Amino acid sequence: MTLIDLANPTRFLALTARILPWLAGATAILLAIGLYQSAMAPDDYQQGATVKIMFIHVPNAWLSMFVWGVMSVAALGTLVWRHPLADVAAKAAAPIGAAFTFLALVTGSLWGRPMWGTYWEWDARLTSVLILFLMYLGLMALWRAVEDPSRAARAAAILTLVGAINIPIIKFSVDWWNTLHQPASVIRMGGSTLDKAFLWPLLVMAVAFSLLFVTLHLAAMRNEILRRRVRSLQMMQASRIAFSSEVGTGSREEKASKTIGAA
Amino acid sequence: MSFGPYASFIVTSYALVTVVVLLLIIWIIADYRRQQARLLDLEASGVTRRSGRGATDIR
Repeated sequence: MTLIDLANPTRFLALTARILPWLAGATAILLAIGLYQSAMAPDDYQQGATVKIMFIHVPNAWLSMFVWGVMSVAALGTLVWRHPLADVAAKAAAPIGAAFTFLALVTGSLWGRPMWGTYWEWDARLTSVLILFLMYLGLMALWRAVEDPSRAARAAAILTLVGAINIPIIKFSVDWWNTLHQPASVIRMGGSTLDKAFLWPLLVMAVAFSLLFVTLHLAAMRNEILRRRVRSLQMMQASRIAFSSEVGTGSREEKASKTIGAA
Repeated sequence: MSFGPYASFIVTSYALVTVVVLLLIIWIIADYRRQQARLLDLEASGVTRRSGRGATDIR
């Protein structure tokens, strides 16, 4: 099966029906391993036990940006290649991305209170992630506001690509501005600064959350394809009813004219 | 395993992530069932796809 074959929504539904149970199983196993490793990780010499919040905060923060990246690629698919599943992929990803961004903000806030002494600070990293969350909500509202999916798709794709400017701003905000948020310690030039006791649980949780996203995204895409099928069938049904009532009216008028003629 | 003086922050974080992920899963499953039910209703009312396949057919 090639990528072109997946352009067919029915083939996509058949393929994902087969792989989703395996993906869900792999996600559950990796999450269990990650949670165990997180629980067993030692306390940090500075953060104490709050370092455990990092094992869920960092994967959610990474995914909040990654999901927008996926949506940006899908937006290109909508605008440039007009791939039939591109808009489906973008629309299905948005609520999941919004949920990850929300979790990144709240878990970060819950970590910040004991470590920084405040739940919130209007620094560049936190503010740019809050803007990302609002952009997710805005996109979801746009999709709901426009009834015709093809019109909504183009508007949402343009907005997604414009919003993609925020992703490098989030990533490099800690380098470009003087922020309370610490600079990158895992994905950075010169390698990770984290001790293996923290790095492994973090990486396992990151892979587990990424698999969780793939699983939820594929399932949400299936729902979106079915929703569009419902819409097109309802339109077919409505046009049939309109046609049959038109034919009915036409035959009644014909009968009436014949009756008048006979009279 | 002791979380020390910040246990409430750690437990709240993990509980919140669990709740939000579970809500996402429940929402997606409920949405799937809703779409399937609507397709079955349409199929029962005699509406068929242009390909002639059933509304819920994914083969």
